[in-house]
Amino acid sequence: MANTYTLIASSTVGSGGAANIEFTSIPSTYTDLLVKVSSRMASGSSELLVRFNGSTSSHSGIRLQGTGSSVNSATNFTAAGVYINEELYASYTASTFSNLELYVPNYAGSANKSFSSDGVTENNATEAFAQLTAGLWSDSAAITSITFYHSSGNFAQYSSAYLYGIKNS
Amino acid sequence: MAAGATYEPIATTTLGSATGTVTFSSIPGSYTDLILISNIKSNTTAQSSLLFSCNGVETGGLYSGTMLYGTGSAAGSNRTSNQDYGTILRNGGLSASSTVMQPFITQFMNYSNTTTFKTVLSRSNVSDTVVEASASLFRSTSAITSIRIFANTNGFAIGSTFTLYGIAAA
Repeated sequence: MANTYTLIASSTVGSGGAANIEFTSIPSTYTDLLVKVSSRMASGSSELLVRFNGSTSSHSGIRLQGTGSSVNSATNFTAAGVYINEELYASYTASTFSNLELYVPNYAGSANKSFSSDGVTENNATEAFAQLTAGLWSDSAAITSITFYHSSGNFAQYSSAYLYGIKNS
Repeated sequence: MAAGATYEPIATTTLGSATGTVTFSSIPGSYTDLILISNIKSNTTAQSSLLFSCNGVETGGLYSGTMLYGTGSAAGSNRTSNQDYGTILRNGGLSASSTVMQPFITQFMNYSNTTTFKTVLSRSNVSDTVVEASASLFRSTSAITSIRIFANTNGFAIGSTFTLYGIAAA
């Protein structure tokens, strides 16, 4: 069979929402990881963040963001996680979810872990975002877990994420 | 209908010694698009752009591109035209840090057709310097059979990896 993205795990938020979407026990048998996220907040407003291996240190990154009327760039992180997208707030257009793709090359290697992330929050309203992020987790450990979360608030029901592995041989 | 292959590895290079250039040659024409995943560590503290060429073509000014970038304090856009090489990363440059791995995702669209010029889309991620997206054009109707990636003043350190994948539409 031809090589494809290989689905490692998926997660869909049930009724009641969830504080995190998390992938754990990620096998080291692939070369790169790709995560596709579709999400929305259950209440409130916040940015979407990512952290690796549950670590609350050594995360960093730069973002380039367009709002539909302006563009900005900022160092977009706390040590505990990198801001990767403006989340689709609970008050935004109903039945609409933000989308994001996150790519981590050489996730199981011994170098620090860099990643590429592209996210959009289009909801046919005056406030919407498109964001590119260059991120880094300055840790030589293999990535075994990825956690998506908000600085406050929960994911809404039907938010989902799919983790794929890609092999270079 | 069977799904086409996605991310089927064609070739991979992991550097055992520092170099300033990596080439993929004899690329089969059996896919629809190509994706080059480069995870680069800089060889020196000097920063530079990251460049590419196709089919060994590095004369005649056949490359152009438009870049959108953010440095963490400023955002901007610029472009190149009539260049002898294509640009993956133009602004900010490769990281001077020996510990920052820098992922670049470069897509060569419809690379094997012989009727149109070739479009190249790239995302550059230098987490301590710049995030950039670029759209480039290689003004040749020839099928792409080789790709060279290189830095104009810097080099790639040991451990940098480059993998070329093919994607088939069916």
